[in-house]
Amino acid sequence: MYSEKVMDHFTNPRNVGEIPDADGVGTEGNAVCGDIMKLWIKVEDGRIVDARFKTFGCGAAIATSSMITELVKGKTIEEALQISNTAVAEALDGLPPVKMHCSNLAADALRKAIDDYLAKQKGAEDNNG
Amino acid sequence: MNRIYLDHASTTPMRPEVLEAMLPFLKGEYGNPSSIYGEGREARKALDRARDRIATILGASPREIIFTSGGSEADNLAIKGAAFALRDRGNHIITSAIEHHAVYNTCRYLEKHGFRITVLPVDSYGLVDPSAVAAALTPETILVSIMHANNEIGTIQPIAEISKILKERKILFHTDAVQTVGHIPVNVQELGVDLLSLSAHKFYGPKGVGALYVRRGVRLDPLIHGGAQEHNRRAGTENVAGIVGMAEALVLAASEMDKEIERQQELRDKLITGIMESIPHTRLNGHPKKRLPGNVNVCFEFIEGESLLLNLDMQGIAASSGSACTSGSLEPSHVLLALGLPHEIAHGSLRLTLGRGTSAADIDNVLEALPGIVDRLRQMSPLYDADAFCKTH
Ligand SMILES: Cc1ncc(COP(=O)(O)O)c(C=O)c1O
Ligand code: FES
Repeated sequence: MYSEKVMDHFTNPRNVGEIPDADGVGTEGNAVCGDIMKLWIKVEDGRIVDARFKTFGCGAAIATSSMITELVKGKTIEEALQISNTAVAEALDGLPPVKMHCSNLAADALRKAIDDYLAKQKGAEDNNG
Repeated sequence: MNRIYLDHASTTPMRPEVLEAMLPFLKGEYGNPSSIYGEGREARKALDRARDRIATILGASPREIIFTSGGSEADNLAIKGAAFALRDRGNHIITSAIEHHAVYNTCRYLEKHGFRITVLPVDSYGLVDPSAVAAALTPETILVSIMHANNEIGTIQPIAEISKILKERKILFHTDAVQTVGHIPVNVQELGVDLLSLSAHKFYGPKGVGALYVRRGVRLDPLIHGGAQEHNRRAGTENVAGIVGMAEALVLAASEMDKEIERQQELRDKLITGIMESIPHTRLNGHPKKRLPGNVNVCFEFIEGESLLLNLDMQGIAASSGSACTSGSLEPSHVLLALGLPHEIAHGSLRLTLGRGTSAADIDNVLEALPGIVDRLRQMSPLYDADAFCKTH
């Protein structure tokens, strides 16, 4: 049912773990089936230099989490914001229709991590301000 | 790779002896049992013999056995057939919260046709309380349907106790015995039921064939209208090969039942104990004793069932889960929720169901593979904080 790429990312997920001094953290719960993903990003000069995740969910959820951490690394914040759930699914050579919502989990967690980073930036600027 | 099949509650491999018994009716013996010439008579003879063999094992008489296309049809025929036949007497039906969808959704359908359904809760082991059945009865009650043993958690219900209550009140009692026939003793007289469903592919017979026991004198509206087969209760040319195979499978199952129960129970308990001892934050679902000999159902906290199944599959082990992510409907198993488990715990459920081909070595292999898989998924889970647990536990 899953593509080889999904199985590859499921079997050998990239970037599992936490970033203790992360610049942004996002947690997203999956409203459809109740799963959870947590994503940490490290940002330097407006570019995401590291991303890590922890996911409680199905094979598709774990594979999309792994894939999105790969996709965002090296991207600017603006570029990273453009990554949609369908882009993640495509990068995995597609997902079964019933599993498309799992890719939302990863895309939404990324958005939250970026929001968290931007809010912290803004806070820092205000303080300096 | 050597596969380890631990999903016998889902279906079982057909026995070679069963195939042998069926083959003549898939090859040369093609007659229609309703025909009066020689070919038809041979088929009729085979059908009658199969009916006799099945009836004998269930403690029924042959006239009380109706052949169906499987467990789902038997459940549908029992419930819809009885409900529509008894409509003039009342419109209330009682069932339990852990029934198979073939019963549960049939009751939901009847609700749309003016029937009132009471769904009885179960306790944390999945047991229905007979006194709750008694308390739910109303003058309008025409049918009670409670499964003999549950397909997910293996809990065996006090059917004989419930039937005593219903007999006094002359209320029809149906039990879905799809998981018990061929596995533990099932005798319709001892159970005291009026209707009982079974399905051949759960006891090493072919798929797509089953039966409904209907106690003499019980009125049923047919589901399938047409010819006069099965005493006007189920039209359609009989699945002769399938029915012959079902009878053969049941006779074989009965002949080795005592030995298999003992053997599987021992392996089951070894598997349960092994899992509970080697993997922390695990709970057993279902009753520790009133349980099908081959059923193991556990929840591992902090992980999700589908990713567990994928990992097991990669190590050659076939199993199932009640996780929302495996259900297709994205709802966790209604059985696990009925036990009172929260969604996130139900998510981490694993069902391993043993069969006659399961060996002690298979169990050892599972016990070797499982802890590593669970640990790996937990390390990946945002809900699991290993350090915190080390400190507090
Ligand atoms: C308890 C129970 N009832 C009914 C069924 C349906 O049987 P069948 O697959 O023969 O339609 C099953 C099996 O899936 C079952 O486990
Ligand atoms: S995370 Fe539940 S279906 Fe994918």
